Amino acid sequence: MTQRIPIVENILSANDRLAEENRARIESAGVFSVNLMASPGAGKTSIIEQTLSRLADKLRVAVVDGDIATSLDADRAAAAGAQASIQINTGGECHLDAVMLQGALNQLDLSKFDLLIVENVGNLVCPADFRLGTHKSVLIASTPEGDDKPYKYPGMYRGVDALVVNKIDLLPYLDFKMDYFQRGVEALNPGVVTFPVSCRTGEGLDAWTNWLAQNVKR
Amino acid sequence: MHELAVTQSVLDIVLRHAKDAGAKRVTDIHIAIGELSTNVDDSVQFYWDIIAKGTIAEGAKLHFRRVPAELQCMACFEKYHPDDGELVCPKCGSVGAKIIAGEEFSLEAIDVEDQENS
Ligand SMILES: Nc1nc2c(ncn2[C@@H]2O[C@H](COP(=O)(O)OP(=O)(O)OP(=O)(O)O)[C@@H](O)[C@H]2O)c(=O)[nH]1
Ligand SMILES: [Mg+2]
Ligand SMILES: [Zn+2]
Repeated sequence: MTQRIPIVENILSANDRLAEENRARIESAGVFSVNLMASPGAGKTSIIEQTLSRLADKLRVAVVDGDIATSLDADRAAAAGAQASIQINTGGECHLDAVMLQGALNQLDLSKFDLLIVENVGNLVCPADFRLGTHKSVLIASTPEGDDKPYKYPGMYRGVDALVVNKIDLLPYLDFKMDYFQRGVEALNPGVVTFPVSCRTGEGLDAWTNWLAQNVKR
Repeated sequence: MHELAVTQSVLDIVLRHAKDAGAKRVTDIHIAIGELSTNVDDSVQFYWDIIAKGTIAEGAKLHFRRVPAELQCMACFEKYHPDDGELVCPKCGSVGAKIIAGEEFSLEAIDVEDQENS
């Protein structure tokens, strides 16, 4: 006999449960954590380098770098002053998930850090669906990508706690309309804290690192 | 690659519920996907046919129920469907809306056979 069994269970609930475990672990070590998400080349690693150059003498920072293959980004973070820099090769996966972050946490003595920065795989779609357990999700947009990205990738823009708009040094050369961009952001994520920055000129980066530092518990 | 992880997750949930129900075979799987949700699509069936091989859910047919997005304007409370890229309230013109529907990504039901060869 055939019978229908009603279920109603979130398909990504297994990931969500693990994310909660990660959160509890990070939280109990007194570490503040961020998950940086962006399209490829938006400047995630550059932001991490700039953040380290401003904070590494005040805070103990660990960086976890998700990448499909190489360890180039983890090497850059180590060179920029991260006290620990761990590479997760996702083996082709287009996003980090809570299992992968758990693997990285196993390699870290969290009690030795104040701030954990996770660089997600460059991708504007999938990372939004997989919570990691970090305290804040941050999207790094960059001006050459175009001002229509909030409209085209609403899932990513909707779910983040902070937005960094990188490469503002290039604005004079682009037809990026900040009004149009911000209208899309406002519609999806009203009042989200936004940091326009340039890793080239350094503009705006102090505001961003102050925000991070303020979130770190002492 | 994302589909693989998702399909595995569906299989885990399906097998758990099928076992609890004492099912011998799973024939159909009903999934709700919100319009604003993950970009997983019918290619999950393709992964399914590979991943579910050798389990009691082998060969099950996946059915997707698409849930349209519904937003509610935070200024005038009008409910509307966001048309391509337009995130502006059609009634009062303000931006900023709460999502009422369209984010679901869940397993809604499975159809099972509780006896061999039924
Ligand atoms: N003009 C300009 N270039 C920048 C800025 N920030 C980063 N770049 C350049 O953008 C390129 C990509 O930067 P990365 O920091 O490697 O970007 P990413 O997001 O980590 O890239 P993936 O990890 O490969 O996805 C590099 O050539 C950087 O020098 C900026 O503010 N202005
Ligand atoms: Mg990088
Ligand atoms: Zn309205």
